[in-house]
Amino acid sequence: MPLVKNGALAADLFVAVADGEPLPDGPVIVSAARLLADGPALIIRNGEIGVAWPNDKDVAELQPFLSRLSLITLAFPKLRDGRAYSQARLLRERYGYKGELRAVGNVLRDQVLMMVRAGFDAFSLEKAADVEAFGKAVATYSVFYQPTGDHRPTVRDARTAPAATGG
Amino acid sequence: MYVYDEFDRTFLQERVAEFRDQVARRLSGELNEEEFKPLRLMNGVYLQLHAYMLRVCIPYGTLSSQQLRALGAVARKYDRGYGHFTTRQNIQFNWIKLNELPDAMADLAKVGIHGLQTSGNCIRNTTTDPWAGAAADEVEDPRLYAEVIRQWSTLHPEFTYLPRKFKIAITAAKHDRAAIRVHDIGLRLHKRDGETGFEVMVGGGLGRSPFIGKTIKDFLPKEHLLSYLEAVLRTYNLGGRRDNIYKARIKIQVHEMGAEAFAKKVEAEWAEIRDGALKLDEAALDAIRDRFQIPDLEALDDQPAELASALATDDAFARWHANSVAPHKAKGHAIVTLSLKPVGAPPGDATADQMDAIADLADQYAYGEIRVAHEQNLTFPYVRQKDLPALWAKLKAIGVATPNVGLLTDIISCPGLDYCSLANTRSIPIAQKLTERFADEARIADIGRLHVNISGCINACGHHHVGHIGILGVEKKDEEFFQITLGGKGNSKARIGELIGPAVAESEIVDVVESLVDTYLNLRTSPAETFVAAVERLGIEPFKERAYAPR
Repeated sequence: MPLVKNGALAADLFVAVADGEPLPDGPVIVSAARLLADGPALIIRNGEIGVAWPNDKDVAELQPFLSRLSLITLAFPKLRDGRAYSQARLLRERYGYKGELRAVGNVLRDQVLMMVRAGFDAFSLEKAADVEAFGKAVATYSVFYQPTGDHRPTVRDARTAPAATGG
Repeated sequence: MYVYDEFDRTFLQERVAEFRDQVARRLSGELNEEEFKPLRLMNGVYLQLHAYMLRVCIPYGTLSSQQLRALGAVARKYDRGYGHFTTRQNIQFNWIKLNELPDAMADLAKVGIHGLQTSGNCIRNTTTDPWAGAAADEVEDPRLYAEVIRQWSTLHPEFTYLPRKFKIAITAAKHDRAAIRVHDIGLRLHKRDGETGFEVMVGGGLGRSPFIGKTIKDFLPKEHLLSYLEAVLRTYNLGGRRDNIYKARIKIQVHEMGAEAFAKKVEAEWAEIRDGALKLDEAALDAIRDRFQIPDLEALDDQPAELASALATDDAFARWHANSVAPHKAKGHAIVTLSLKPVGAPPGDATADQMDAIADLADQYAYGEIRVAHEQNLTFPYVRQKDLPALWAKLKAIGVATPNVGLLTDIISCPGLDYCSLANTRSIPIAQKLTERFADEARIADIGRLHVNISGCINACGHHHVGHIGILGVEKKDEEFFQITLGGKGNSKARIGELIGPAVAESEIVDVVESLVDTYLNLRTSPAETFVAAVERLGIEPFKERAYAPR
């Protein structure tokens, strides 16, 4: 699956490692269970660590590890399963996670703008054609009603700004 | 009504463009049906038995005459010349072609309406009192808050792929005309110590597991409305069930957790965000309040001579006036309900010609504003009392002055098997037969207030659980049968009706309803005791006995 990071096609440097397998050198992705079980040992490792976090597990459990994690993947098993939108906002807006936040699963161009607004900055796109369409997809809307952690100006900001003359 | 500003208009244009692209990708096969489905649903597009159906959002049921004409034009150009007003204050068109949908949406967007979020597992159209802004018994106009919620919920980046659909209703009046206790969230605007706030109810809903909403907050100061809603929605999005579509509504989460535990979880989430960017200060409210055009009502006296003389001389007018005209908060004015329930016709339908004519009458007599009520009727919220006789004559001429509002033949019905792919039975023909049996206007007036609700399957789109008489279609060995419940109520004292016994055959349903009504007429203490009050006093036994007695 092609990976788009910060708006551009990027190589995926992370290797997913199954539970019980030894960790190779270089950036790795481990399961949530492994991170929670071996956390202290993992985060002193000299190498980037990422975690594949399922969408039915409270992201508050990640708090002790956040400053050492380079990547969190959040899952969209189906387009219509939207739990990870809430998880992403909590990670960014409440727990202050600054590393890469990657959407994986049934990720289509039709969702990427909402994902950006929720805090995602990396997208494992399911369809190759969506890579080219990515730039256009995140520009589908220029008007936003909700304040989120991406700090785009909202309609309310525009309406109540001192300079606004109204429409 | 609220008038869109440049931001609202730009947003809508962008929505039309996005959907046009999605339809093109579906037609080219780039999107498969499973992927396209949630996207089309969020634009109000269903695939029904015979065709695609488009459900157009009428935000909190408020339409301008210009918008109503645009709906008429869509009915004429893309459909078969009529539309169907729904119990959620929306309108649906039943015969739209997929490739023409983007054009229909573009036509509607020109007047500021769209199919946005009328379906799909997102926050749906927020509904409210059709008499908002005109009712004598309201604390404040609830449409301001309905509009605040509309904007917040429009393409919300976190809450667009919820476990299931999500419906919010709001009322500010003493009498609940928005059925707030049978919504995912019900909001009751009230005042405490001079401050305005909301009682918040969650987990109400009908469908196959009916629940009455439970109050989780008695008084939420208005500035916290959005942060509190966001806390409820987040609790639901993360914790609502996704393993079973029939257990995915918030009512099941609230029921399984218990309302108290649910409230606690919401409270904890809310504590984290209550003082954040969602807080509504007066400037934010004013920016929206200022976009509401409130008609400048003439200073008039109650009971003008024109009205008094028509009431004294014309019995038919007097009957309609007693039935369809309600008191207004402004002197010399009235609220008029237009019945979309004529004898023998499908409840809630209006033709394109009727829509045009109603729009013209709204301009002439009602300050250009029309409301859709959840009972599937239309309302003129601002009419001069002196104009009532002339208006009545014109409404009558186009078939929308049947004096049956709130009476037996003001039936709420789902589309049923005539259109819907989920239905077990037809509903519209039952409604039509009932209106024919009870066509006598004097008779239904004597019977008094009586709500009949018909659903063609257990999904309960006709709200049969809260009908004084509820009728639910069930299939038995390929034949249509109907279960009957009694004593349901959708208002502030909401309760679920009680099943009276085995389902009856389609050929008997009208006779059974008639015998229930006759039982009431025999047993009521006086005409002041309504049908539902009699059911509450007597219980279902005497009704049951008569309903199943050999005829």
